[in-house]
Amino acid sequence: MTINFADFTPYAPLIGGGLIGLAAFMLMAVNGRVMGISGILGSALTRFPAGGVSNGWVWRWAFLAGTVLGPLVYLAFRADSILVRPVNDGAWLYIGGFFVGLGSMVGAGCTSGHGICGLARLSLRSMVAVMTFMISAVITVYIVHSGI
Amino acid sequence: MPLITALISGIIFGIGLAMGGMLDPAKVVGFLNIFGIWDPSLAFVMGGGVIVNLIGYLLFIKRMDQPICENRFHIPPKKSLDMPLLTGAVLFGIGWGMTGLCPGPAVASLMTNPSTGGLFLICLCGGLLAGKLILSQLRPA
Repeated sequence: MTINFADFTPYAPLIGGGLIGLAAFMLMAVNGRVMGISGILGSALTRFPAGGVSNGWVWRWAFLAGTVLGPLVYLAFRADSILVRPVNDGAWLYIGGFFVGLGSMVGAGCTSGHGICGLARLSLRSMVAVMTFMISAVITVYIVHSGI
Repeated sequence: MPLITALISGIIFGIGLAMGGMLDPAKVVGFLNIFGIWDPSLAFVMGGGVIVNLIGYLLFIKRMDQPICENRFHIPPKKSLDMPLLTGAVLFGIGWGMTGLCPGPAVASLMTNPSTGGLFLICLCGGLLAGKLILSQLRPA
């Protein structure tokens, strides 16, 4: 293992992470909901338009709209742009996207639901899920992106 | 009120993702590249997020009978480990490692990186719906 000190930036991720934790805490404290994006997105797509305000799709779409707007708010207060460097395109991007969706639905959560929320609740299922997908992702990067 | 707080929570989440570097697939792959030249930055996103949420959970949510704008906490009831959890996590990790994108950043990239983020998001939604179909087949009717 070699640590990439040239790209290592602990402060912005720490503050960004803190904001993500704050958002998750707020959604649970006020709305009583786990901030799991795959779950919110999956239910937003399938419960349309049934379920009413609290159980249905409305709060989910409000949350998702906020998530889309968030980076624009960040840009409005910052002079610099948001760095985006895609690592692949075409078929690999689509297959990867499908796997992420399929895996997070079957596995009942993703980086936000199992990671930020499940770990904070000390949920055994989330701890096992996070360890499993971290190992799986690290092996995948080793195979697919070993040139980086 | 619950709609406004959901919107604000989403905005804070989106700002956090952008600030934390989660919208940059190369940064995510750098974090997962433990066997290569490892950039540990994004461990601080996960760490910061879990710590703030954990403190909030222990200090407030555990002591509350119900959320401020709802009649109950919707916390997943399942406690036991099962095959769907493990299989799903493995598939999720493969897709995340391939692309450097997970669901939150995919949604947040919609305006800032519509070309790759948008196409990824459409395929992700296809995967979610396929997963829902599989889960409905697994469960006894």
